[in-house]
This record gives sequence, C-alpha cells and structure tokens, in this order.
Amino acid sequence: MLPSLSIKPTPAVHSGRLRALAAGFALMFASPALLAEWGINMTEGVTALSAETYSLHMLIFWICVAIGVLVYGVLIYSMIAYRKSRGAVPATFNHNTTAEIIWTVIPFLILIGMAVPSTRVLTQIYDSSDSDLDIMVTGYQWRWQYRYLADDGAEVTFFSNLATPPEQYENYEGSLAAEKGENYLLEVDEPLVIPAGKKVRFLLTSADVIHSWWVPDFSVKKDAIPGFVNESWVRVEQPGLYRGQCTELCGRLHGFMPIVVEVKEQADFDAWYAERQAAAQRISDAASQTFTMEQLMAQGQTVYNTYCMACHQANGQGLPPAFPALTGSAIATGPAADHINIVLNGKQGTAMAAFGTQLSAVDIASVITFERNALGNSVGDMVQPVDIVQAQAQ
Amino acid sequence: MAAAGNQNLSVGRLVGKLVLTVAAMFGFGFAMVPLYDVFCEWTGLNGKTGGQVVYEADTADIDLARAVTVQFSATNNAGMAWDFRPLQNQVVVHPGELNEVKFYAHNPTAARVIGQAVPSVSPSAGADFLHKTECFCFNQQVLEPGESIEMPVRFFVDKALPDDVHKLTLSYTLFDVTQNFAETAQGIAN
Amino acid sequence: MATGHAEHHHGPATGFTRWLYTTNHKDIGSMYLWFSFAMFLLGGVFALVIRAELFQPGLQFVDPNFFNQMTTMHGLVMVFGAVMPAFVGLANWMIPMMIGAPDMALPRMNNWSFWILPFAFTMLASTLFMEGGAPNFGWTFYAPLSTTYAPASVTFFIFAVHIMGASSIMGSINIIATIQNLRAPGMTYMKMPLFVWTWLITAYLLIAVMPVLAGVVTMMLFDIHFGTSFFSAAGGGDPVLFQHVFWFFGHPEVYIMILPAFGVVSEIIPTFSRKKLFGYDSMVYATSSIAFLSFIVWAHHMFTTGMPLAGELFFMYATMLIAVPTGVKVFNWITTMFRGSISFETPMLFAIAFVVLFTCGGFTGLMLAIAPADFQYHDTYFVVAHFHYVLVPGAVFSIMAAAYYWLPKWTGNMYDETLGKVHFWLSFVGINVLFFPQHFLGLSGMPRRIPDYALQFADFNMISSVGAFLFGFSQLLFMFIVLKTVMGGKKATAQVWEGAEGLEWTLPSPAPYHTFSTPPAVK
Repeated sequence: MLPSLSIKPTPAVHSGRLRALAAGFALMFASPALLAEWGINMTEGVTALSAETYSLHMLIFWICVAIGVLVYGVLIYSMIAYRKSRGAVPATFNHNTTAEIIWTVIPFLILIGMAVPSTRVLTQIYDSSDSDLDIMVTGYQWRWQYRYLADDGAEVTFFSNLATPPEQYENYEGSLAAEKGENYLLEVDEPLVIPAGKKVRFLLTSADVIHSWWVPDFSVKKDAIPGFVNESWVRVEQPGLYRGQCTELCGRLHGFMPIVVEVKEQADFDAWYAERQAAAQRISDAASQTFTMEQLMAQGQTVYNTYCMACHQANGQGLPPAFPALTGSAIATGPAADHINIVLNGKQGTAMAAFGTQLSAVDIASVITFERNALGNSVGDMVQPVDIVQAQAQ
Repeated sequence: MAAAGNQNLSVGRLVGKLVLTVAAMFGFGFAMVPLYDVFCEWTGLNGKTGGQVVYEADTADIDLARAVTVQFSATNNAGMAWDFRPLQNQVVVHPGELNEVKFYAHNPTAARVIGQAVPSVSPSAGADFLHKTECFCFNQQVLEPGESIEMPVRFFVDKALPDDVHKLTLSYTLFDVTQNFAETAQGIAN
Repeated sequence: MATGHAEHHHGPATGFTRWLYTTNHKDIGSMYLWFSFAMFLLGGVFALVIRAELFQPGLQFVDPNFFNQMTTMHGLVMVFGAVMPAFVGLANWMIPMMIGAPDMALPRMNNWSFWILPFAFTMLASTLFMEGGAPNFGWTFYAPLSTTYAPASVTFFIFAVHIMGASSIMGSINIIATIQNLRAPGMTYMKMPLFVWTWLITAYLLIAVMPVLAGVVTMMLFDIHFGTSFFSAAGGGDPVLFQHVFWFFGHPEVYIMILPAFGVVSEIIPTFSRKKLFGYDSMVYATSSIAFLSFIVWAHHMFTTGMPLAGELFFMYATMLIAVPTGVKVFNWITTMFRGSISFETPMLFAIAFVVLFTCGGFTGLMLAIAPADFQYHDTYFVVAHFHYVLVPGAVFSIMAAAYYWLPKWTGNMYDETLGKVHFWLSFVGINVLFFPQHFLGLSGMPRRIPDYALQFADFNMISSVGAFLFGFSQLLFMFIVLKTVMGGKKATAQVWEGAEGLEWTLPSPAPYHTFSTPPAVK
C-alpha cells in the first residue's frame, strides 16, 4: 500500500495484446470470436448454456449494430447535407403519422424476435432438476466454502481462499518485491472439484452478507443470500480449470475472493473425492495428537495468513477501530482460555466470526499458538488440539 | 384580484393532494413488506416455506409409487458458535407420508445463547410442497453453556409436488439472536 | 416588460442575505446550479481517486475499505448532489420563463428546498472524517452490508438521504404547482415547451418514489437501532426485500435523471436545426410511457437474486418494451435535424453527442434487459459502462448543453464559442476514452466495485484512467468559461439564437430580476 508512482514492467502478455488491440479496432466488427481472445468480448464458455448465452448476446449485439448503422447514418448524413454553412434551407414539416407508426411497430416486432430465444434459454437455465451431484456453496467475508451433499462416508467440506500472496497485491518493494503471477487474484488454495459430463447443482447461501458466485465460462452467476438458498447448475464436458470471482459488493475484500473450479474426469474425481474423505478422517484423528512448538507455529502462520491477516494485518497491528490489534492485546497475551474462547466462538456484534464452526481443532490450536508467540507477542505457551476439543465439548 | 385568490386556492388544493400522495407513497414503501411476504408465499420465492401445518394421517393417501429424496443441510451464520448439523444427511420419502429427522445442536460457549434457525427449500418450485408439522425453526432455541439438544423436524411432501421434482433440499441457517432478543425483551419490559 | 404590483419593483438585496433569504426563482436556480457544480467537482475527485487506484494492478494508493467509501460517495454525490440539483436549478430558472409565470408557485418553500441541501451534503461528506469511515456499501446500500455490517456513520447517511429526499419532494411539489397553475393564458398543456413537459412528468415520478426511498432508509434505521428485522432473515425478514423496495425507487430514479435531459435536448436540436421539433405529440406520449414503464421494471436490477422464472420473464419483457418509446424519441430528434439548416454551436455539439452516446447507452441497456445474457453482464464493468453512458454523456452533457444554451439569457453575455468548442471536444474524447473500454472490461469478466484486478484487465483500465483524468480536468475549463461569461463578454441579444423559439427568448438578456409579472399572451 506504499504510494508508488513507478511504472512497473508490464508482463509480456500485455504488449502483444496492446498491439492486437490497435489492429483490433479496425477489425472490430469483423471477427467477434477473435475479439473474445483479446479480452474484448464475452466468452463463449464451455457449457451448452454458456454457448447459447453467447449467441444470444451476439444476436442482440448485431441487431443493435444494424439499428445503430441506420440511425447514426441518417444523423451523420443530416449533419453533412443540411448544414447552414452550405446554405441549407429548413423544411417545415414536423409531423408524419406513417413514419411514426412504422418506427413504433418495427422496433416492437424486433423485440419479439429477441424475446423468443431469450425465453427459451432462460427456461433451460432454470431447469436444475435431476442433478448428479449437489454442492452447497457458502459465501463468507471473504472466502467461499464448498460442501458436498452426499450420504456416504466422511463429509467433504472445505474453504477456498485467495492464494495470491500479499507481496503481489500490496506491491511490496525492495527485497520483498514479487512479480504478479499469471493468475493474479484468480487463484485459490483449494479449488472446487467437479466431475466432467455430470449435472452439478449448486446450492448457494451466505454466512454473513450477500455475495454472488460467478464463473464466466459456465455463464453461472447467482447471489448467495444469508438465510436463503438459491440454486444454479452446470454440466461441463471439458476437464480443465475455470476461474471466476465474487460479483456482489461484500465489504473490504470483495475483490479478493476468487473462484476456481477444476473439472476432472469421473474416475479422477472419484479418486479425489475418496482422498478428501480420507483426509477429513486424518484431520479429525489429528485432533488427539500432540504437536511440537515448531509444528504449531508453522501451521499457525499458514492459518493466520489465510483467515486472520485480512483484518488483523500481517504484522498483527489490525485496523482499529473495526479490527483491533493482536500485538500486545489483552486477549493474545492473557489467559489461553480466553483466547481460545474468542477464536472458537467469535465476538457478537463485531466482524470476529466463530471459527470453531469453520476450522479444524489442529488449525485453531496452531493459529492461537502462533498469535501468542509471534506478531510481537511472546507468551511462551502452547495450545494443543486437545485443548480445543475440550473447549468445544464443555 | 379575485382571479389571484382563486389561483391561490387551487395551488393550495393541488399542494394538499401532492402532500397526501407523498404520505401515501411513504406508506406504500412499508406496505411492500407484507405484500412481499404474500408474494413470496404465493411463488415460493427464495424457498420461503409456510408455517406449521397439521398432518391428517391417512395411510391410503400415501403415494408409494413415487419416491422423493429430501436432503438436509445446516449452515451457521458467521457469528454463531453452536455445533449444528442434521443427524441424517438425506432420506427418501413417499409423498403424503409423515417423516421425522433430527438435528443436533450444542452450545460450546460459556454463555446462554438464543438461536433462531431459518429454513429454505430448493428448488423454489418445490418450496410450497414441503410441509412441516413440527420444526425447531418455529421457535427460538435457548441453550445454556455446554448444553446439547436433539431437535426433531416432522414433515411430509405434498402429493401435488410437480412431477419433474425428484429431490428437495431443506436447508437451515442458524443465527445467534441473543443480542436482538435481549434488546427487544428489554424494550418491552421498559 | 416588468410592470405589476408595486412591491415587485425592487431589485435583489445585496450581500449574503440576498442568497439566504431569496425567494426569487432565478436566484434559487443559480444557487442550485452552483451547488450542483460544486458537488460535480467533489464527486469527480472521488471518481479520480477510484481511477487512480485502478490505473495499475495492485493496491496503489488506498486501502480497499477506503476504495469502497469512494465508490459509495461518488455515486451518492453525483446522483443526489450533482445531477438532480442541476436539473432542479434549470427548472427553477427556465420553467417560469417558459410558461410565462412571474415566479415559482411556492417561493418560500423553494428557498427551503434549496437551503437544506448543503446541510445534507455537509453531513454526508463529514462521514469521511468519522471513526470507522464513510458509508462503504455502495450507493445502492444493499442490506445486510448496510445494516448489520455497516460502519457507525450509516446513521448520518440515513439522515442525509432523508433531507435530500425532502428537498426533492418540496422541489417537485413546487414545480408541479407552478406548471399546473401559473401558465400564461393560452399556454395549453400541448403548447408547453418539451422541457416543461418532461419536468412535469419527472416531478410526478419524484413525488411517487422519493417517499419510498425515505421508507427504505427508515426501515434500515429501525433495523440498526430499534431491533426490527425488515431485512434480516434471523428475525423473519429478507435481505432481498431491501432490493425490491430500493429498486422500486431506484429505477424511476434513473428516469428522473434522464427525462429532463430529453427535454433540454428537445429544446436545443430544433433551435440549431432551425426547424420545429418533429413529432411533438409523440414526444409527450413517449415520455409518459417511459415514466409509466419505469414503475414495472425494477427487478431487472435483480435478475441474479433467484427470482422465480415467471418473475424474470415479466421483468425482462417489460424492460425490453422501454426500447420502443425511447427509440421514438431518438428517431424524432434525428428527423428534426433531417432537412433542417444546421449550425454547430457548443450547445448543439453537446446535444448531438447526447443523441449519439445516449443511444449507445440505450443499446447496452437493451442487452442488459435480456435476462440470460444479464447473468454474464450483471455487476461487471459492462453495467458500469452502460449507466455511465446514459448518465455522463446523457444527463451531464445535456446539463452542459443547457448551460451553454441559456447562459447568454442568464448573464446577458455570450460565452466564448472557441473555448466552448474546446471544452466540448475535450469532454467528448475524454468520456469515450474513459467509458468505452469499460464495455470490454465487463464483457471479458471484470466485476465492478473492486480495487484491484487480474492482469488481463490492465490495459483497458489504464486507458480508462487516462480518459478519466482528461475528462475530469476538462471540467475546470468549463468553470472558467462560465465565470468568464458571468464577468463579461459580447452582449447577447434577446433572441440570442437565430432559430430559438419560446417565451424565454422574448425577454431581454440578461433576463430581468422579475419577469412576466403580467402574463404574456400566448397565441
């Protein structure tokens, strides 16, 4: 956030696009598909419905272009032909019923022509029945949680956080400077994984404010509203990585909660899912183990960066008054029980969420240990996962 | 001067009408609240479900030929610390048959907490056809520190459920309303 | 000209009290216009903070929370502080002169409706210095971000909105009363200048929807401070209800900001085409249809909130219908120019740019109406480009056109035509460099209201920011031109423009302090 006016070297991908852009304006109306590659037009996406949406968009675009050519044509012709400086003498007509009826009725007919395909596509988008897989998508300030609704084995649920490190988006300078990566602000620690060729239904809700879940390649954008569940669906044939973002203003880090969806072939998906179930089991088993200070601090740093740093800041100084400092605070340097309590249960009426319902016992124990022994604090004690489990079971 | 007098009178009348319009439109803004609720119930907007329904047992009325999967989901609002989850993730039911599932809640905090669960059904086209005869969401739940509770939901799926709906998701969001409720209660006491 | 009651013979008082106590429509009109220009600059500064931050990827200057405060304040100040008061100012100045009335019907209320505005905006701007910062939830202030999660300053925001609403309501009651009661003999409704017509319809829209805005902020106030749950699911409310009530106000609000612009352009184009406005009757009917339709399209702002299919379809069809009367207006303006005798003074340049660029905004509006495509456009820069195309080269250009058009009548001096044209071309180029690339940004996937963006959006953001600074600083030239004209310049004739028609042009330039104390006769 240091004020900096220096022009950083733009990544190579840019100069190519700039040149393309210059040529592009000339070709503007020639090849819309090409324009999409340059980031000028809507994507055709990777689903049947996103392709339909794209065609609809182009249909209306071309209708507008045609009307535009006609309207601007007459305007420009009048501006040239009927200049006073060329001695034009004004006509006296100010009314023509026939013309006025024509230009009321024809647009109306054009609109009907647009409404028919729009209605068809919209009806398809709204048909979310007979899904093969259901995933609960919950928006949090400022991350997404995915929960697979299934009836067998351990529940698969995880958060998907921005993976771009602060040294990139805060424009750190000097030794900490970091080049912005290819997927800057569009990369997450754990993507949502779905099987290819299957109808996947998303159930969207929020744990705090309204968010909106958008993946342009799927043409899926739906609001996640606290207390209510919306739904949407997708069927992607092509395995790959697809990226999107939150599109409803949801507070300070609205621009920093990307979406990444990884589409895998069914067999790969099944293997991934089984591995996630096993991992869930391992994480809950780990709650009974005892860890060393080094292990806790290392894990704690990771958890802190992902879940705490946005508000309490990298150095623990916070952003008072909304987000208090942790360095030297009564909680982070006082009795461990109080510290555990606030992390687990949150603080009503503030932005401090109840992380006990969101993170594992290991993660909570590590981050508390980290907060007590880093960020300028040095209490010296350790919190183990069993302490967390006990606190939750009280 | 008489003309001027008439003019003042008509300006006065007009202004009176306009002020009334303003007042009426201010009222209309508030009237949108109940109107919207009626509209939601009517269309199933946002998966809002109706209130308590009485089930009249009539086993002959159960459509055994049809099976509907009902999924359950529990979400905590960010400030809510309870452990809150369904004890069964899904059940397969026949329209017309009364079913019961249980949700579990545990208050791990050191304070008395009042919770309010808000139900929502997907798809919204099915929201009107999932009737609850008993639900913890009809009331606030109060849990003392460390207390646990198993809360039943009794429901049946309406036989009029549209044919293309094979799966319903009943989802609850749990809010901590301790503060609101305490304030309101105090407000009433005052 | 000015003969009438003896007490009307005095000129304006002197000093500050003249402005504080004035009930003269021309004084109040001037104050509205200057106030609006000040707000335009303030909102412009906020916009430039946004564009400076977005000049390059990465967080450059401001914290994301402050960025959100800037987007919010920019929207509020421009909508309620710049555009609306500017049109009220024009109405104050011109409506009595256009219909042959001596003043507004309710002069003292006119004074109050202006003077409460500076209080409202001082209160709003002061939130920037409060602990926790200014409102940061967008000018649409969706709950629960603006209720449960709002900064403490939200209460001041609510009161500021209440005062702005009261000002607008008083202003519109005054305008309706003036138009319906004080027209000169012979000035029938279907003889009124189109600017008067569009303002009459606008004033009715204001009366209908500003109270709804007052209602929705009152509900917020109750949710925040008195434990109600209008917009909180926990207490049986619904955050989506907020959006319904807000947009029931918000969509007519959009037309409140554009209908008077239609009126201005319908005055200017015939003047410089030296030909009567084509299709006067259909202009009036089209304006009324747009106003009517504006009440039944609000939920097209909410296509992604998960409305039932029938609701989506209804709001899609209704929204598409607006294209018909809007098209009629555009066709009429162009047909007015067709076979005219056109000259290109500054007001005409702005008016033609209005027709061209507003039509662009109309096209994107039609695209946005298509619900399935809207799922891709919604809350992206495509929307930002769309509404800025209708508001800046739309509403704002029409206000500038009006200022140049009537400035000689107001001041008695001609503005500097060369400087006016320079101002036009700088603004025209600036605005297109600023907003045209935003279409591309939105289509290729950049969400709105974000302080930082993925790298593929870098080029267009940089171009857009360059355009923003060009457009922004060009407005200082506008201020200079206006001040220069107020100070002096070539004397204007009463007629001012060769092709101008209407009662205001029968008055001397500058228009005397009191005009039409005796109603003129209208043939």
